Amino acid sequence: MLELNGIKKSFGPVEVLHGVDLTVRGGEVHALLGENGAGKSTLMKIVSGILQPTEGTIRVDGQERQFADYDEAIEAGIGIVFQEFSLIPYLNAVENMFLAREMKTRLGLLDTRAMRNRAQEILRRLDVSLPLDVPIGRLSVAEQQFVEIAKALSLEARILVLDEPTATLTPSEVEHLFKVMRELRKQGVAIVFISHHLEEIFEICDRITVLRDGNYVATCDVADTDTDRLVEMMVGRRIENSFPPKPAIAKSAPVVLDCEEVQLRKDGPLSSFQLRQGEILGFAGLVGSGRTETALAMLGAYPATRCKLRVNGTETRFRDPAEGLMQGIGLLPESRKEQGLITSFSILQNISINNYGKYRKGHWFIDLKAERAATQDAMKQVRVKAQGPDARLDTLSGGNQQKVVIARWLNHQTRVLIFDEPTRGIDVGAKAEIYALMREYTAQGHSIIMISSELPEVIGMSDRVCVFRSGGIVATVEGDHINSEEIMTHATTGRTRNVA
Amino acid sequence: MSHEATAGRGFDLRRMIHSPLALPLIGLIVVSVLMGFASDNFFSVSNIFNVLRQVSIIAILAVGMTFVILTGGIDLSVGAVMALAGTIAAGLMVNMGMPGWVGLLAGIGVGVVLGIFNGFLVAWGRMPAIIVTLATMGMARGLGLIYSGGYPISGIPSWISWFGVGRIGIVPVPVIAMVIIYALAWVLLQRTAFGRHVYAIGGNELAAKLSGVKTQRVKLAVYAISGLTAALAAIILTGRLMSGQPNAGVGFELDAIAAVVLGGTAIAGGRGLILGTLIGAILLGILNNGLNLMGINPYMQDVIKGLIILLAIYIGREWR
Repeated sequence: MLELNGIKKSFGPVEVLHGVDLTVRGGEVHALLGENGAGKSTLMKIVSGILQPTEGTIRVDGQERQFADYDEAIEAGIGIVFQEFSLIPYLNAVENMFLAREMKTRLGLLDTRAMRNRAQEILRRLDVSLPLDVPIGRLSVAEQQFVEIAKALSLEARILVLDEPTATLTPSEVEHLFKVMRELRKQGVAIVFISHHLEEIFEICDRITVLRDGNYVATCDVADTDTDRLVEMMVGRRIENSFPPKPAIAKSAPVVLDCEEVQLRKDGPLSSFQLRQGEILGFAGLVGSGRTETALAMLGAYPATRCKLRVNGTETRFRDPAEGLMQGIGLLPESRKEQGLITSFSILQNISINNYGKYRKGHWFIDLKAERAATQDAMKQVRVKAQGPDARLDTLSGGNQQKVVIARWLNHQTRVLIFDEPTRGIDVGAKAEIYALMREYTAQGHSIIMISSELPEVIGMSDRVCVFRSGGIVATVEGDHINSEEIMTHATTGRTRNVA
Repeated sequence: MSHEATAGRGFDLRRMIHSPLALPLIGLIVVSVLMGFASDNFFSVSNIFNVLRQVSIIAILAVGMTFVILTGGIDLSVGAVMALAGTIAAGLMVNMGMPGWVGLLAGIGVGVVLGIFNGFLVAWGRMPAIIVTLATMGMARGLGLIYSGGYPISGIPSWISWFGVGRIGIVPVPVIAMVIIYALAWVLLQRTAFGRHVYAIGGNELAAKLSGVKTQRVKLAVYAISGLTAALAAIILTGRLMSGQPNAGVGFELDAIAAVVLGGTAIAGGRGLILGTLIGAILLGILNNGLNLMGINPYMQDVIKGLIILLAIYIGREWR
């Protein structure tokens, strides 16, 4: 029904998909599997016309098609439900389903009755009942998802893409979704299902296509494979030699940060971990498993229900990242543009933003000369390639921007740094430099918490790894146990430790 | 690297053109030349001081407004706060028989307290600045009218007129006050950590917060500064009118915002210079003065000023 051949996609000079094939038949649920950043979402954006492939063909029902935009893909019978819903929270289900395609009476007024009848008809087809008169923001996530699916079906979609639909659902909601998917499969709809949870794939899917780093790996029947084979296909046997050697860290190394318990949500799992002096502690797990939230909760930037923290043995509670900073704890956020950098500032201003105490003149004023000198030192230390301290941030590459954020914290006397996705969007050469900087930092007796979705990075850099799943730490591994199979298994099928 | 750093400091035409001050300056020159042609009297020393004296009140209000807008906020209450501060200052002198300086200090206190009130609600109450300051605007105006019964309070000590119409040499006192306030604001914004934090919050509040900037305190401070400059403007106004006028300054907040925006400050915050605001305020003043000298109907003047603001923003849109 849907056939993709040799799809390539480049953003500027960077190719992110290197010739991907995908064939989806009518009446099957087809899993698209791969690590974060393997290219699944990009591929689905191409299928739905949001992005255009640089090379390759798309066939629908044997006919070659090119989608200039989303609307053309819809016309061809493709519907997509994104991770982030495109629903208007204040409108009800019917209004959302017919948004911009409202049915009208002969007088040009809204034909609410016709729309309502049509909505009910579709929801009956899904075997779902939900309140039609309530603003959709008050429905559960699962119900909103059904509305999204119904919306796609109201547009006569025969090929339905579900991008991580289960990520935010409770187990019983997942069951309900699977029931709906089975119903649609019976009606001959082709479904592309993206999920990181392997057991879900074994439960609902017929065939699987695996992507890795933008490459097509394989397509196989669910019946012919098992968890180990899938993990191996996803992770591959990549040789990574860009990582600096790991130093030996004594078991007796003092604990600098002791998170005695943290609970992100009410009734969520309870986690604890310790960060030792001089080590890199990896936080691994799938997107949305609670890694970033746990780190932010420690700094008081995420409202966790519980968070007990000891810094160098003293019980501490931070209300604000500024208080964490006083204790020498710094954060390099996952999204540099939105959370890390002030893009309207120069390199100099970005580096010194939290550190004006260091160069003062007459108590109140910034010593501009000292600031400039310190900035140049910090830039040299992290080897930022730029015109000079006054260069604007948007003229820098991702790697250099990240180095600026690192320089900010090195300039400040921090002892613990939290790196959230330290190398996201950074090219290979700069990655190696950032890894080297991280080791230089720990070699001075400082410590790092590294949150990363890239397994090779977690394995290559971490001295110990906390594996997260569903909002809590399910395992902490060290030594030889830091390998992709063990981490992926914990991350995708591990059991959470629930403590009331 | 050091070589490039020093090279950037010399005279550099490209840098000057890309400076946020370039466009407001060009606007100021163009408008001045046009006015010079239209009226022989325009470039006389007395008329120039006259224009500067007239713009001083809006220009001082616009200082606080610049701080607030740089953080991405807005303060609609400045006109009303100015009127209330002036009214209470005059009331204390006239009705309570307090010495003039006590009245003036009390007026300053009123401005700062209302500014802190705004800032607290915006920073800790997490309420939108436009609504908070709109509410404060209404309340300040109402309180001024209640306190005065709706009538100007006159009979204040005569020395207070020095602030409004006095001169040092040939320079009017309000102009000197304006220059001093702008100089202080420039130091605060360009030479202190607080100033950098103001820009940082407007540039990316989340990033500033996550890197350890105490964003709430900074926001409180900018609204307090806005209240302070409103009160300082009130002193000049009171000196000029020799009375507390509860109805003064209606719509002044809009002129102050216009001055800030004409001066090249981004309404979304993060970018802009205090000197730009001064240029913007003078530009507005010259327009007022010039249109008056040309004898244009005051209703028409408002229309022309509106169109010029739109034109300026339109040109500035793609600049940089």
